[in-house]
Amino acid sequence: MATTACFIIVSRNDIPIYEAEVGSAAKREDAAQLHQFILHAALDIVQDLAWTTSAMFLKAIDRFNDLVVSVYVTAGHTRFMLLHDSRNDDGIKSFFQEVHELYVKILLNPLYLPGSRITSSHFDTKVRALARKYL
Amino acid sequence: MAPAAPRSGDAIFASVERVNAELFTLTYGAIVRQLLTDLEEVEEVNKQLDQMGYNIGIRLIDEFLAKSNVSRCVDFKETAEVIAKVGFKMFLGVTASVTNWDADGTCCSIVLEDNPLVDFVELPDTCQGLYYCNILSGVIRGALEMVSMKTEVTWIRDVLRGDDAYELQVKLLKQVPEEYPYKDDE
Repeated sequence: MATTACFIIVSRNDIPIYEAEVGSAAKREDAAQLHQFILHAALDIVQDLAWTTSAMFLKAIDRFNDLVVSVYVTAGHTRFMLLHDSRNDDGIKSFFQEVHELYVKILLNPLYLPGSRITSSHFDTKVRALARKYL
Repeated sequence: MAPAAPRSGDAIFASVERVNAELFTLTYGAIVRQLLTDLEEVEEVNKQLDQMGYNIGIRLIDEFLAKSNVSRCVDFKETAEVIAKVGFKMFLGVTASVTNWDADGTCCSIVLEDNPLVDFVELPDTCQGLYYCNILSGVIRGALEMVSMKTEVTWIRDVLRGDDAYELQVKLLKQVPEEYPYKDDE
């Protein structure tokens, strides 16, 4: 498991709808803000890159010291952004694909409004379990 | 002797027209979603779903009797069995079981293990009081009313609220004797 990892889902309207710190490192007060800041900065690069390729998985598009940003863009232009310090590309790809499946299930819930915050605890548990498995 | 009523709806289910399950589930979901937006109050949505179910039920019973070839039920127990085994199979593709009879046979529970209406659904905090499948209780109430049984149908267990199955309590309030619109001597 990665020591530091931060996972954020950003809706197509650039609003974060899900956040999770999934690293095993001890929580630091300022870490969460720093991670948000790095991911926010990476959004511009995603926007440019997303239209140049047909791939959904954009590997290591940005870095900050030893932290790397990998992104998965869904067909509906929702972005799954992962900040990580591990170099396990296959694991990250599988992680994104499985989270994508979970996300589709969330979207199919008629009581969920697309673009609103994901509050489902079931989703949260599953994502954390996937992070432990693949990252 | 009248032919025995079919004990399962498998044969009828095989011959009726069907729609794609996901289309069905999502259409029902869209209806509930729209009701929540329009009526705002969860309680009102429950009421509206029940009313919609009632309106479906009073029509559905005719189709059910026409296609299922069930004979007249001798008592309420048989009625409940037919609803669970034939009715649910015919229209929803699942079978239910009947349990928890009370002593005088007027109140029972229909337990659904599997419910095609709720695939994908998870109740958010804002809709905690919602009976998502309330349309089903309305359907049963409406259908039984058309065959002269006044009933009260309530949800006892709901998987969406954290229980392990769906349980509908059906309570027979009274049997309305059939009334003829004319007198014999007229």
